[in-house]
Amino acid sequence: MHCRIETSPIDPDALKSCLRDVRAGAFVTFEGWVRDHNEGRAVTGLHYEVHERLAVKEGERILAEALARYEILDAVCHHRAGDLTLSEVAVWVGVVSRHRAAAFEACRYIIDEVKARLPIWKKEFYVDGESGWVNCAGCAAAHDHAHERV
Amino acid sequence: MKRVAVEYFAVFREQAGTAGEPLDTDAATVGELFIECARRHGFADPRERCKVAVNDELASWEAALTDGDQVLFFPPVAGG
Repeated sequence: MHCRIETSPIDPDALKSCLRDVRAGAFVTFEGWVRDHNEGRAVTGLHYEVHERLAVKEGERILAEALARYEILDAVCHHRAGDLTLSEVAVWVGVVSRHRAAAFEACRYIIDEVKARLPIWKKEFYVDGESGWVNCAGCAAAHDHAHERV
Repeated sequence: MKRVAVEYFAVFREQAGTAGEPLDTDAATVGELFIECARRHGFADPRERCKVAVNDELASWEAALTDGDQVLFFPPVAGG
């Protein structure tokens, strides 16, 4: 079980191999990718600012919560920092369990909590040359994202 | 009066024009200190959507402020 912040591209195959477990019958992943639009604006890239020490600490707290709540064997989360281009992997969550239901539920729990709790901030760059911090009052793409957690 | 060190992140750093500053304050809690800083620097995000860490641990807005504390103000997060 571990959470890490990476400044270079995430390698899903390497992360998958560190979750190999002969007891596991299910492996569920979530990858968050950089998309080319948000709130109706064309996006050209992202910058993630991260408070690494507290992000890792809070991320590992979330993974420990998932291990306590669900019948899973192990879980890993890596999140990017720095500049990302379209389609890059921004966040990777992997969960292994004996049976699939617990892995699906735990993976969903982990990504939802990671988005809500880790000290990570996303700045979007738009085709018109503007940029804005996502979720902040008065920023370019200001919006209430509460519905995304339903 | 106590002296604390404040650090700002992301949009707060841009709005404050600095990554951090020492502050002399009479604020009793970190929440009161946030309101002082928000007023001074024009932070627009409501406090309930922001987070605070004190001496390297996430804290509540009601946490007592102590001389020498290092206080980190986090605007609304947007990971994932």
